[in-house]
Amino acid sequence: MKPGTRLKSAICDTEVMVIKSADGTIECGGAPMGEAKPAEAGAMSADHANGTLMGKRYVDSDGKYELLCVKPGKGSLSVDGVALSVKDAKPLPASD
Amino acid sequence: MNISLLLEMAAEAGADRIALVCDGKRWTYGDLLAAARGAFELIQECNAEYVALLDESSEAAVIGLFGAALAGVPYCPLNYRLADEDLAALLGRIAPALVVGDEERVARIAGDQGHTVLSREDFALKAQGTVPADDSREYDPGEGVAVQLFTSGTTAAPKAAILRHSNLLGYILGSVEFASAGESDAALVVVPPYHIAGISALMSSIYAGRRIVMLPSFSPKGWLNLVEQEAVTNAFVVPTMLGRIIDAFDKAPETNVSSLRAIAYGGGKMPLEVITKALDRFPGAGFTNAYGLTETSSTIALLGPEDHRAALESDNPKVRARLTSLGQPLPTVEIEIRDEDGNILGPNEAGEIYVRGDQVSGEYKGKSALVEGGWFPTRDAGFIDEDGYLFLSGRADDVIVRGGENMSPGEIEDVLLTHPAIADACACAVPSVEWGEAVGVALVLREDHAIPREAELRELVRARLRSSRVPEKIVFVKELPYNEMGKLLRREVKKIIS
Repeated sequence: MKPGTRLKSAICDTEVMVIKSADGTIECGGAPMGEAKPAEAGAMSADHANGTLMGKRYVDSDGKYELLCVKPGKGSLSVDGVALSVKDAKPLPASD
Repeated sequence: MNISLLLEMAAEAGADRIALVCDGKRWTYGDLLAAARGAFELIQECNAEYVALLDESSEAAVIGLFGAALAGVPYCPLNYRLADEDLAALLGRIAPALVVGDEERVARIAGDQGHTVLSREDFALKAQGTVPADDSREYDPGEGVAVQLFTSGTTAAPKAAILRHSNLLGYILGSVEFASAGESDAALVVVPPYHIAGISALMSSIYAGRRIVMLPSFSPKGWLNLVEQEAVTNAFVVPTMLGRIIDAFDKAPETNVSSLRAIAYGGGKMPLEVITKALDRFPGAGFTNAYGLTETSSTIALLGPEDHRAALESDNPKVRARLTSLGQPLPTVEIEIRDEDGNILGPNEAGEIYVRGDQVSGEYKGKSALVEGGWFPTRDAGFIDEDGYLFLSGRADDVIVRGGENMSPGEIEDVLLTHPAIADACACAVPSVEWGEAVGVALVLREDHAIPREAELRELVRARLRSSRVPEKIVFVKELPYNEMGKLLRREVKKIIS
């Protein structure tokens, strides 16, 4: 998936921008995300209903995936069923 | 992805929060996004291929930047200080454009170029009043050029440096956390809108959710008053501004600048004396030295607040010296030092600074300056010490080559500046029959001091450096030439000395 690609949740309002990714399936609320939103929202998986916060980056434990949430929603992000977690922000001092 | 994402996310998170204060007017994130969408309509209507700003900073800079982004045309702010002839040439290179600002001047010097010109007020009003018909607008996906900046030319015409959406987003997303600013944070933006720092400041503050407080025209008193008035927490200045601010503050120490927490600086060499005074006058503020270029979307290395204080408080000369360093590379870029043949150099070996990363463009209209592997040669001479701190040793072109020996003007200037009677110094090459080039210096005498004897100055340099560095020609001038960004114009000094 090309960096900069915008993915939408099939289940909720969540939208992410891909910063880094590999070959797995990126999911929200348990269902695969796509560039287009399906006509009908699917059902939310209870395991992936923890919400996604705008502006936060979500990563896997291997450092292969990084997604920036550009629209918040009720579903939470995962890859191939494994939940992603919020990236530790080590903010730089403002420089401009 | 389009840089408009930055404003869209800010507006989603807080449409009613104040984003910008300029000349007493307040704009929310919602206001700015709506105006940017309105500007999109204006740009489409007049078939502009660029959006140009010919004006001081105002809300028009923000509306222009993001309106152009939505429309998929480059935003090209122009330097209004240029002479008519030079400005007309640049306008010609971006015609037809939607030009916002000095209508009278554009009509006079470029009236036949096919531009659509609006005053700042008209542009803002029209943009706000032009509501997009419905939700079905196709905004540009952001795969092209977001910003075009003309870099100051040397002998040839200015180059058109290009920054793509991907470069700018790479920089902002890599260095700023979304909505990380506190509710009451405010950033004073005074850098000209046609300089990369003036553009990145807008994007950083918007993405961080930090209110922008604009000072369209710099004066030290104006700066201090605005800090007090708006409880400014963050500021970016060029070194000459900081010096003048300190002088003004010393004359008006009752000004309440206690809100200041973060002062960043860049764009030129910061004299040790000025940063030392600044650390003393603003003890509650963290200082950050930012090193970057137009071609790298601004900052690629920085020296943060902890490093500044540690250097100031240390007895270790190596740690103290860091106060004059550029700090460490951003985690999202790689920096290397290479010699003239392209070989990578080791710690403390001086060569040319090369950089690579998503935010690095190195692209000009029509060609790229990148070399193999996506590396950009900065034309700045420098070295990295054994702890990873980057130091500048002057532009590669400023090196004096005397009898085959390379010398950096900076080290000669630093020695001369330690003399109590010398307020400013610039060293450059003067022609020499014997050596090819030799060292010439232009000096500014400090007020209330007598001109030192040349022999005394020469001995000072000989003792601290070595005999090859001793200036052959010494001239005293009233002041050294700087541009409005505080950059020393060495080429001009060379002419004065010769």
